[in-house]
Amino acid sequence: MALLVIVVVTALVFDFTNGFHDTGNAMAPSIATRALKPKQAVLLCAILNMVGAFLSLTVAATIAKGIVDAAVVTLLVVLAGLAGGIIWNLITWLLKMPSSSSHALVGGIVGAVLAAAGADGVIWSGLVSKVMLPALLAPAIAILVASIGTAIVTRITGSVAQKHNEKSFRWGQIGSASLMALAHGTNDAQKTMGIILLALIAGGAVAPDAGVPVWVVVSCALAMALGTYMGGWRVIRTLGKGLVRLDSRQGMSADMSSASVILLSSHFGYSLSTTHVATGSILGTGVGRKGATVQWSVARKMFVAWLVTVPAAAAVGGLCYGIGRVVSDQSSQTAGGLVVFAILAATSAFIYVLSRRQPVSANTVNDEWDPTSEGESILAESVTMHNPRLMRVPKPPRRRKKKPIHVPKKAKKRSKTQQAKKAAKKTSAAKSSGSKKKSTSKKSSGAKKKSSSKKTAGSKSKKKSKSR
Amino acid sequence: MSGFIEWGALLNILIFGVLIGAGLPAMYALGVRSLDASSRVTGGAATVRKIGAYACFGVIVLAILGALAFIVAGGH
Repeated sequence: MALLVIVVVTALVFDFTNGFHDTGNAMAPSIATRALKPKQAVLLCAILNMVGAFLSLTVAATIAKGIVDAAVVTLLVVLAGLAGGIIWNLITWLLKMPSSSSHALVGGIVGAVLAAAGADGVIWSGLVSKVMLPALLAPAIAILVASIGTAIVTRITGSVAQKHNEKSFRWGQIGSASLMALAHGTNDAQKTMGIILLALIAGGAVAPDAGVPVWVVVSCALAMALGTYMGGWRVIRTLGKGLVRLDSRQGMSADMSSASVILLSSHFGYSLSTTHVATGSILGTGVGRKGATVQWSVARKMFVAWLVTVPAAAAVGGLCYGIGRVVSDQSSQTAGGLVVFAILAATSAFIYVLSRRQPVSANTVNDEWDPTSEGESILAESVTMHNPRLMRVPKPPRRRKKKPIHVPKKAKKRSKTQQAKKAAKKTSAAKSSGSKKKSTSKKSSGAKKKSSSKKTAGSKSKKKSKSR
Repeated sequence: MSGFIEWGALLNILIFGVLIGAGLPAMYALGVRSLDASSRVTGGAATVRKIGAYACFGVIVLAILGALAFIVAGGH
């Protein structure tokens, strides 16, 4: 019973990470093009995710079906698989990489099954054809669809005033993004419900032919909505700012392409990962628009992350299962479950602490991706957005971040010596003319001149580094 | 290789994806353009263009409603 509770809680935690990891799939373009304010966007997405979870009651109890041998799946296997999925989700979130939550879950379960039953427990052809290959095909299709869409849209609206375009397409964008959020809610919340239902059946808490209890539906919907509302700002930033500079026409094309490809793929029974499709669509809008640049180096890192997702999550899942298995005794696996849960909690806390080192929040999610071209692009953006406010002095945290990168070592040394001189000057000033500070600074004795001229040079170099 | 990839489904997704996923934004763009154009001319031409624009938006609303129905029906 205790193990069952742990599994249910862990499944809800996975649902939570799924929510905040995948907010960006639906909302990153809207946030990047400022169609919605970041907080508004995640709120809308959270609400729609929750509605989506209630909308359809066809439970996707088929997670990992056709990929692992159902006979070897025990509660501990599911728990270890969930732990693998959560930890990999958190790691990719830390690295700001969008990656498929469902693939992480499948990977975790595959790893746990490998550890539990060996290579025979995994249906390898199913793994390749249902998980690995679609990860390559989904972005290809999405890139094609979105690039065609963007090319047509930019051609048709080329004669329309920029301002009018921006305004109109924002509405289209909000509509299509909402559809994405809804589809995501139905899809992914149902997966977790399926897992919890399986666990309940395996634990004997409900009859094998029972439907999903209401509390499971409610708690899954809430966990996912809460996760979504937390906002996976790190991932949103990469999707919205890191790949392509989006305008609202591209944003709408991207959202529409993602929504249609995802809904069509589930209609034709060849499910493609939401994350892969959404990323591909954003890339496609860069390919399809003349003059737009795609940061393929960021995209390449993403593709690698997708291919690594299953093996990496499998490694974590397998490890968790191994540890849990060793700890638990013959009769019950509760102790193992507790240990796995403790490991999961500790790892999550550690990753959270690491993420605080370079936090991304609702306020900084739209900051420029490439700081070297910052001044120029802010100017360009403020012109295109007709918003001179964008040109205002950047917030203090940015400046602090940039200093260690741009201040050359020499300047630092100089500033140190300058500080020493300052101190010397202070003491000498104090000695020479006790109380009249103003007069001492205006008087020009030789040594002071030197130090003051150095001081201006130092401050100049500082200013330079700031303006860069 | 053919056993690993469901070419039929993939081809369907691709064809309908291009039709819908690229077609709907194109429709929207047409709507925006004719709405914009309608503000520059007066009289009957403006009305025709406005009607055209709202027809375009109507198609998109229908498509979104269709997608909603699809989601509710459990087709996901």
